[in-house]
Amino acid sequence: MRYLPHTDEDVRAMLAAVGVADVGDLFSDVPNDLRGRATVGLPPGLSEQEVRARLEQLAARNRTAAQRCFLGAGIYPHFVPAVVDQVLQRAEFYSAYTPYQPEVSQGTLQAIFEFQTLAAMLLEMDVANASMYDGASAAAEAVLMALRIRPKRSHVILSRALHPQYRDVIRTYATVAGGEAAHGIELVEAPVSGDGRTDPEWLAGAMNDETAAVVVGYPNFFGVVEDLEAIGALAHARGALLVTATTEAIALGLLKPPGAFGADIAVAEGQSLGVPMSYGGPGVGLFATRSDFVRMMPGRLVGEAADGAGRRGYVLTLATREQHIRREKATSNICTNHGLIALAVTVYLSTVGKAGLRELAIANTAAAHRVAERLVRTGKWQRLFSAPFFNEFVLRGVNAEAAWKTANGRGVLAGLPLRRWYPEFSDALLLCVTEMHDSAAAEALVGELSE
Amino acid sequence: MTASSDAPTLPRKQAGLLLDEPLIFERSRRGRRGFAVPGGDVDPSAFLPAQLLRDPIDGFPEVSEPEVLRHFLRLSQWNLGTATTFYPLGSCTMKYNPVANEAVARLPGFAGLHPLVPDDDAQGALELIWELERMLAEISGMDAVSLQPAAGAQGELTGMKMIRAYHVDRGRARRKVLIPASAHGTNPASAALCGYSTVQVEGNRIGLIEAAAVRRAMDDDVAALMITNPNTLGLFEREIVQVAEAVHERGGLVYLDGANLNALMGVAKPAHMGADVMQINLHKTFSTPHGGGGPGSGPVAVRDVLVPYLPAPRLVRDGERLRWSEDVPQSIGRVRSFHGNFGMLVRAYAYVLALGGDGLTQATRMAVLSANYIRRRLEEAYQLAFPGTCMHECVFSDKGFEAAGVKTLDIAKRLLDHGFYAPTIYFPLVVSGAIMIEPTETESKETLDQFIDAMLSIAREARETPDVVRNAPTQTPIGRLDEARAARRPVLRWRGSVGE
Repeated sequence: MRYLPHTDEDVRAMLAAVGVADVGDLFSDVPNDLRGRATVGLPPGLSEQEVRARLEQLAARNRTAAQRCFLGAGIYPHFVPAVVDQVLQRAEFYSAYTPYQPEVSQGTLQAIFEFQTLAAMLLEMDVANASMYDGASAAAEAVLMALRIRPKRSHVILSRALHPQYRDVIRTYATVAGGEAAHGIELVEAPVSGDGRTDPEWLAGAMNDETAAVVVGYPNFFGVVEDLEAIGALAHARGALLVTATTEAIALGLLKPPGAFGADIAVAEGQSLGVPMSYGGPGVGLFATRSDFVRMMPGRLVGEAADGAGRRGYVLTLATREQHIRREKATSNICTNHGLIALAVTVYLSTVGKAGLRELAIANTAAAHRVAERLVRTGKWQRLFSAPFFNEFVLRGVNAEAAWKTANGRGVLAGLPLRRWYPEFSDALLLCVTEMHDSAAAEALVGELSE
Repeated sequence: MTASSDAPTLPRKQAGLLLDEPLIFERSRRGRRGFAVPGGDVDPSAFLPAQLLRDPIDGFPEVSEPEVLRHFLRLSQWNLGTATTFYPLGSCTMKYNPVANEAVARLPGFAGLHPLVPDDDAQGALELIWELERMLAEISGMDAVSLQPAAGAQGELTGMKMIRAYHVDRGRARRKVLIPASAHGTNPASAALCGYSTVQVEGNRIGLIEAAAVRRAMDDDVAALMITNPNTLGLFEREIVQVAEAVHERGGLVYLDGANLNALMGVAKPAHMGADVMQINLHKTFSTPHGGGGPGSGPVAVRDVLVPYLPAPRLVRDGERLRWSEDVPQSIGRVRSFHGNFGMLVRAYAYVLALGGDGLTQATRMAVLSANYIRRRLEEAYQLAFPGTCMHECVFSDKGFEAAGVKTLDIAKRLLDHGFYAPTIYFPLVVSGAIMIEPTETESKETLDQFIDAMLSIAREARETPDVVRNAPTQTPIGRLDEARAARRPVLRWRGSVGE
């Protein structure tokens, strides 16, 4: 086996040193009944060339024409500068583990410190952690954290315009099957008003002294920019926390950030920032909060330190919140983060930079709005929601799903039929247009949906 | 708390191969850029109300592309990884991460696939998931697998949620979970996240859990036992079958922490031990990179009684066609968005194909041989936590070095001077000053010998010149960092100003 270095001579010498005759003798603590049934019934190993051929064959059965795919809904097609993957392929980064020994892990640690800084700046929050698994689990951890900050309250409001899978994951973390509340938590869904935003009047009526937090998407699942000013004011007036979840992080290059509206916890999926779609994972969760809440945070944190000679370095810090120290009293069961993907985000944001991120966000806004306008001008489509949007929007049209099917048959993926997750919105498509869609791609989409 | 650093910011020494590198923010110069966006200048207020817009983000990097590359390449050179050196981090299974797997995960057909394409457009991805589920079921002996959990700890959470759902369906959730003292911290944390209180089970004088002890601790309020096998001392739980019976007799379930599966392939299947559910860490046993701390991947494997509770959606086959089914009424729900860490699944699948059944068995055998080789050759210089044959890892302590004033931490730091990463230290908690060494199967005998020589030389130094050990490391870009001070006055982000 090409990954195993042991020659017969090595094995003989090692066995002699250990003092046993056969490798099998090392397993004498394993009951015979278990050993006798343990054969791994899989075919023999393959050469690299054969493995590659098999994987290429499988990859070829997936349809991935990014230019003709107008799907967003939580994972977004964006251009990734080559420098990002060049860095990611450095085995010094990918073959390391959690930097328990900071003296020989400063690369990972400094990069995470930079990531924490970038995430905090992007969300305009005081402090961000070393990352979470994805946006959805980050949102679930945010809800659990909000309940730690407001321990006497048990009521959490989730906007119906929050990504449906984020709501699902929050529900799984907060309850168990059958709807039994694992922590006495009550999850309530806030309806969407006609303009596509979380209904402020409903919120005003539903909020009470039991409400620990309100969770909204920003932009929300329909691509719509929520009125965080109003929602934040409503939440804070009742002592509840404002939690925001961003699935399309490029939007934060242009839209006022959650921190500007007093968000208490802001999370985001970082996939848009230099990470391939990869059938939905791995991505990375950004998780940020105010400095007063830092000791309530889940996940790893990297902090600045100095060595005996006064040289600056970075270490894992505030670990007394974490499971390896606190065990059942930890703030979360999370062990690692998504370090390598956080590195991708760090390289991406360093490359795209201050001016580039804003320009890219503007390019996305412009591309999406132009396509939306053209489709509305055909007379066959109307915007379902009137509130401002970023690079996703919902169009309603007669026989929308038939049109979607026809387009799909011709190689154009005209977004997501909304009915899949919102039965109340039939004949509606959620479309995403980014900088990846050039004028020919836009033309193809408009052409398909104009017939 | 996050005010600008008051830690000294003296430049690192730059000489020869030791290169200084500031924070990326400190490289910024106003107006510099590393990226161009296609298309012309557009005024965003043509599309969005001006009061919704932010200004360019103050302090965001302003660097050119070559500077970005240099910055991160220099940072990479301050890291050790399994690709550069022996990384004997116990319990983490730091084996070689095949570069061929990095290449296949980047095939456009995988990397460029959107998770919401119709199932008909993702049949290759679904076939891979289908096959990997079955490969892991074959290796573990379990009945079904979900690849959704993003990491080992999330797999644990998923498994414990399923156990709770199982009990709720049978009348009540029960309140307690039994956990050996030697368990990973994630076990009690995951149980607590599911609303369970934890009861510690002590090991016997040779480090093992006895069925009699479990039987005494079991009652009708115990939902499950969470047990790691081999345990974190690197020892096979010899009474595992009887332990599982003791749990099952009182209606409890057995959660098997699969962190140490690398010791079991072809040797013993968790299903035969009596496990009802386990997580499988693809970043350990199945060679996907640890990435400096993730992304991992933590599939859960279950016995038939727990199949109905697996996370939704489930992959189902209609003839030749595979599709996701949301029709899983008893499911605990979703623990992650979309379909898990698919990129990691591609790598793990390629790994299983490359090794095959025989190769996986050989990997386990060589991992165990290597651990025992290290154990045998070091056991005269260092005290073993528990004597006797080990499985894939061995645990020593710093007993015997008290007079010299040398502790486990010092030994670990001195190893860095020898060019090795350190073993896991101070874990498991049941061993005072634990030094936990896991060589894996991908290290050659020469490398193991070099490591052994380094450990023996450190043991000698500890007696003859203990200051050399206590003052280590000296061969690294920086020395020991003041972690206590970093925690007391945390500086968790850069806050400075950009150069002109």
